[in-house]
Amino acid sequence: MTTTERAFGASHQRLEDKRFITGQGTYTDNLVQPGMVHMAVARSALAHATIKGIDTSAAAAMPGVTAVFTGQDMADAGYGGIPCAWVVPDSDSVTPAHPPIAIDTARYVGDAVAIVVADTVANAKDAALAIVVDYDPLPVVVDARKASEDGAPQLHEDAPGNQAFHWALPAGDADAAFAAADVVVSDSFNNQRLIPNAMEPRAALARVDGAMDEVTLWVTSQNPHIVRFLASLDTPFAEHKIRVIAPDIGGAFGSKLPHYPEDTMVIFASQQVGAPVKWTETRSENYLATIHGRDHVTEIEMAATNEGKILGLRAKVWAGLGAYLSTAAPGVPTILHGLILSGPYTMEVVHEDVYGMFTNTTPVDAYRGAGRPEATFMIERMVDQVARELDMDPVEIRRRNLIPPFDAGHEVVTTLVYDSGNYEGALDVAVDLFGYEEARKAQAKAREQGRLVGIGVVTYAEICGLGPSEVAGAVGFGGGLWESAIVRFHPSGKVSLMIGTNPHGQGEETTFAQIIADQLGVAVDDVDVVYGDTGKTPMGWGTYGSRTTPVSSGAIMGAVDKIKDKGAKIAAHLLEAAVEDIEFSNGTFSVKGSRAEGKTIQDIALAANTAWDMPEGVEPGLEESAFFNPANFVYPFGTHFAQVEVDTETGEIELQRYTAVDDCGNLINPMIVDGQVHGGIAQGVAQALWEGAIYDDDGNLVTGSMMSYAVPKAEFLPSFQTGKTETPTNVNPLGVKGVGETGTIASVATAYNAVIDALAPLGVKSIEMPMTPERVWRAMVDAQQGGE
Amino acid sequence: MKVSITVNETSYERDVEPRTMLSDFIRDEIGLTGTNIGCDTSQCGACTVHINGSAVKSCTVLAAQAEGAEVTTIEGLARNGELHPMQQAFTEKHGLQCGFCTPGMIMTAIKLVESNPEMTEYEIRHGLEGNLCRCTGYHNIVKAVQEGAEKLQAHSPFELTRSEHQISLREAERKAWQRGSS
Repeated sequence: MTTTERAFGASHQRLEDKRFITGQGTYTDNLVQPGMVHMAVARSALAHATIKGIDTSAAAAMPGVTAVFTGQDMADAGYGGIPCAWVVPDSDSVTPAHPPIAIDTARYVGDAVAIVVADTVANAKDAALAIVVDYDPLPVVVDARKASEDGAPQLHEDAPGNQAFHWALPAGDADAAFAAADVVVSDSFNNQRLIPNAMEPRAALARVDGAMDEVTLWVTSQNPHIVRFLASLDTPFAEHKIRVIAPDIGGAFGSKLPHYPEDTMVIFASQQVGAPVKWTETRSENYLATIHGRDHVTEIEMAATNEGKILGLRAKVWAGLGAYLSTAAPGVPTILHGLILSGPYTMEVVHEDVYGMFTNTTPVDAYRGAGRPEATFMIERMVDQVARELDMDPVEIRRRNLIPPFDAGHEVVTTLVYDSGNYEGALDVAVDLFGYEEARKAQAKAREQGRLVGIGVVTYAEICGLGPSEVAGAVGFGGGLWESAIVRFHPSGKVSLMIGTNPHGQGEETTFAQIIADQLGVAVDDVDVVYGDTGKTPMGWGTYGSRTTPVSSGAIMGAVDKIKDKGAKIAAHLLEAAVEDIEFSNGTFSVKGSRAEGKTIQDIALAANTAWDMPEGVEPGLEESAFFNPANFVYPFGTHFAQVEVDTETGEIELQRYTAVDDCGNLINPMIVDGQVHGGIAQGVAQALWEGAIYDDDGNLVTGSMMSYAVPKAEFLPSFQTGKTETPTNVNPLGVKGVGETGTIASVATAYNAVIDALAPLGVKSIEMPMTPERVWRAMVDAQQGGE
Repeated sequence: MKVSITVNETSYERDVEPRTMLSDFIRDEIGLTGTNIGCDTSQCGACTVHINGSAVKSCTVLAAQAEGAEVTTIEGLARNGELHPMQQAFTEKHGLQCGFCTPGMIMTAIKLVESNPEMTEYEIRHGLEGNLCRCTGYHNIVKAVQEGAEKLQAHSPFELTRSEHQISLREAERKAWQRGSS
């Protein structure tokens, strides 16, 4: 627990790659079961309507159609509403019913209204189009803040004012801080709604064995054990009779965290028709039926002194949650957001009111960064405004406010205890790597030439590695957040490692093999990491919140220690020595001070598995399991820089350079860590510059496909420059922190600040995201006209 | 309707609905699921295959249009257990994470560097405009394509001008494999 032994540290090529580069990946839609039929979902074309009747007769008569079902059919068969798994305490929280298929009321465009089962995908889709729903349209609200206003259309009877919750964070004395301030800056803006766009659409395939009352569900999920638990609550099947398999997952970024209505629809359909049933989302369907992210309307102000000392901030956020509460939705704009609002700074006041609002839109849940990009954007945008007000360098003001280095916990005003940090250390490395001084000089020259070059900087600290289970309970998360691992040595000396987390692109098949190799002296290639199947893996809470490596590695290390202990006992017996005299190094148990040949871990594995000659009282086999419940979250941090140039004629933004220095503790595989940072940067920059979901007033998703929603292309982005500092955490045995989300958490504000810096000579202070050329151009024109 | 298409040097004849896309033909009719489908508007490029030597999004082509064509999918790249240099480059440079865009990305990248073995980063980035990746931020994909180009050149039996390369790409590829396997 207290060791800070360096993990492998090598940029080992990924073990998982071969199947993907040869086209042998096993994504859910690739699976075929004997007798399998296909499901299509008929979805509401209206954002809010009473369902007066559903005529399925024409659809049922179409070629190849096996059956058509409605929400009432599911309810009659004992299928309940989709549960929400996070009820934030002390927030007047309400959780309205969420039938998997709408029965009386459709509440967003894309809400399921019926399902069709047919012999082919094409026939199922054709028939779904032939379902006739008699709608009575209701008024629509799509904006979170408007949903809170008097007279707004109401979505749920049990959520008056459309309010799902009101969460208040009153940390510190705000009135005193703002009264004492020399400078107060304020702003209002959107952290706009985003569409995750994992490249693989969702899919689910269920096979119900009626005689055994058993279900196998193959599903695109980040957390098969959670899906199994929740499916046991909303289907008639018991948890031990449900096996959830998450095969290869083609990206998720949070969007495959929720337990979705389609999970239960395929189970229900398979039970009804007596055949395996598969459903695969089209991309257009994905835009409507898979969760969205962000969607905050924000009002904020920050107080500071003339010396640039930040005293605190005060904010109100209206968080759009969509039409229903998705699995983790309430925790995202509250716990994962408000508690981190002091960032890496010493500020003593954080006051936030968050209003969780129902709107006639696709449900919102965790999307990469989940609450923390929004928080970092709020803080960093304000810090830049304070700097501008004081005519202070943006790096300097941050330097003046960073929490000094600490390695054994630092409590911030929101009551979080950060684990370890050296924020100025990361800032220094980033300043150097980016060449900040030179960049400012070059910018000054460019400005003399009339060019709009801007430099953005962000220093951040975030919370991840979710987390201590006691805290999970205290903040209303409906599960634990510990992890478990089983290390199993086979007779040949090869190793299977079974884990309850579920990596889906992050490379833990490799990094965890590296940990085993490093600790037990076997080859990386001799370790098979088994995950994604509740029938094969021990209980675990899944992959999200950058928790897989920091939490699972603790369980792996627990099992490793037990393997070492048992191996030493067996080795002592075979070497005819006392256990105390056995040492283990580079995969070999030997007698201290003796030159006699020792026993390799493979020798011990064979001896333990054959059990011909075991020491007294030692059980056969070499397999150990361990559970790890972290004592705290982990808090990665870093500094990012971006440089942009804005076209003075068109408002087009060119992202010219991006430098990220992140500290995620000790590095197990630097290549994989960099890859995580790269992808995170792209998604965060994309929020600042390109992406945004748009609904019209009738609740139609205007950006309903990849044709109208700007998923970044290679040509949008430069190559990135990455650097690291390594400040270990004492929260887990290997001193590692999560890195899946840091890139996104920092980069939204970094790119944004760079653009505002570019436009500073014109007096532009604020542009709505995404900063499209049109918006930038209008801001430039408005600023020039205002200046005349 | 009956269509006959050669995929990875094996001829397949199937009776399909006229509306069947080549992508669905490849996945559902002949069971090669390495060609992934990531969208329904021909944006993502995950389904890119080679049709008669050109990189094409197979969701934009009806199976009927590919009648008589020679199609290569991601499964057809490795020969005798040896990876294609571009496949090798993608793993060496960590050009993939979830792997879903990877088959299409590799198929596009091969034709890109065959058309111009000495592309600049700018040209590579623009050349990949039809293929979306959500995991990598493209950084390591660009590195992989550069590495793949170098590997392919190292494999080529002779120096090629750009136009010669385009014309003789299949020949060069074939020779490269022969050299590799001899």
